[in-house]
Amino acid sequence: MTMEAVQKYLAPTRLEQALAALGLPGGATVLAGGTDLMPQTHAGRIRPAATLLNIRRVEGLDTVEVDGDHLVLGTLVSIERLRFDPVVARHAPLLADAAEHFASEQIRNAGTLGGNLCNASPAGDTLTPLLALDAEVELAALSDAGTVQRRRMPIGAFFTGPGRTARNADELLVGVRVPVAAGDAVWRYAKAGTRPALDISTIAVALAARRAGDARLTGVRLALGAVGPTPLRATGAEALLEGQVLDAARARAAAEAAAADARPIDDVRASGWYRRELVRNLTQRMLDDVARN
Amino acid sequence: MSLEIEIGFTLNGVARRAKVPVGMSALTMLREVCGLTGTKYGCGEGECGACTIRVDGKTLASCLMFAADCDGRAIVTIEGMAGDPRGQALQRAFVEHGAVQCGFCTPGMVMQAAELLARDAHPDAAAAKRAIEGNLCRCTGYQKIVDGICAAAQALDKEHAR
Repeated sequence: MTMEAVQKYLAPTRLEQALAALGLPGGATVLAGGTDLMPQTHAGRIRPAATLLNIRRVEGLDTVEVDGDHLVLGTLVSIERLRFDPVVARHAPLLADAAEHFASEQIRNAGTLGGNLCNASPAGDTLTPLLALDAEVELAALSDAGTVQRRRMPIGAFFTGPGRTARNADELLVGVRVPVAAGDAVWRYAKAGTRPALDISTIAVALAARRAGDARLTGVRLALGAVGPTPLRATGAEALLEGQVLDAARARAAAEAAAADARPIDDVRASGWYRRELVRNLTQRMLDDVARN
Repeated sequence: MSLEIEIGFTLNGVARRAKVPVGMSALTMLREVCGLTGTKYGCGEGECGACTIRVDGKTLASCLMFAADCDGRAIVTIEGMAGDPRGQALQRAFVEHGAVQCGFCTPGMVMQAAELLARDAHPDAAAAKRAIEGNLCRCTGYQKIVDGICAAAQALDKEHAR
């Protein structure tokens, strides 16, 4: 059993203590909900570090609040809360909708936003909507003087590969900042899988844009999940949609471009060919729906 | 020898302490340390719901929870539902509607159904199905389970009316 390597278990209540633990000799493995860490350590995919650091009791990391024109979500906010919290529904409805399609209630109650992001699966259900929403992640580390130092980066830069992020070993992901949805926001989310619950995405598509009175789409972001080593932006499709009035022909062309933007592999859940077909068809269905409504 | 952690928590309303290996799941602790075997090991990966318990008022898959993380929390298992009005109503309705076949999924189904009834006193079949989306029944007796959940809600309603 791989947990034999763990020499120390810490469950601090203050952020400074948690950050200090990340710097201990032999490093620290971060535990929050446990829904990924438990099966991954059992399967040997994660080798736990010398310290198991349970951050669930750290105060101030489970908040949902609005800071100016950003919705700020703490790293410990549960997926179930994303699904139900009226503040999230109002300011980031795309994210709330993605939470609706996430695993099962038992998993959503335990699983955290920060855990889903740091697990960095290309199929992670919160990654694609947050990429479409131009979210930023906030990382914290302890300075030499013992103070909390924070840095932010666009979420697109955070994911560096399957299961890999730009988080340094001495850093903790403390939160996510999402620009609040404008009054003319347009958003859609689609996830393909073999059953509605407890399924890992075969693909996911998230659309965020604004549509002014003249019906032109602006700030178009189309994000694709499970079709590359990280969630990715369908930039070819976005370019076809930006500043345009959506009609059936443009929806078809953009869906074609999104399929070309995808970089899927063959794996146990689907072939690359099938994933591209799904991207094309779900994107077209989504855009047709936007054009009609 | 694995690192052991001392924890304290309430289990079905009773305070208790335990010493658990750092990597042990809450499920293994409940079954093998606390001796409460009503909570079942199905898949060990959070896919089947047979190990559903309530922690601080929310249902979780206990196979995915580290036992060490039970420290300071309020745990309710299927054994703790015996004295619970919703647990009793669900037990009767499950029996009356043939919702128990091999019975392996039943503890998890009841835990999850009780969670639903706590927030929605009048669930329809669609709400019941959504609530047990994380619970598998390998006998595939889902219709009878959904019937049982809806019947339990109606029975609780009648009790309240009396």
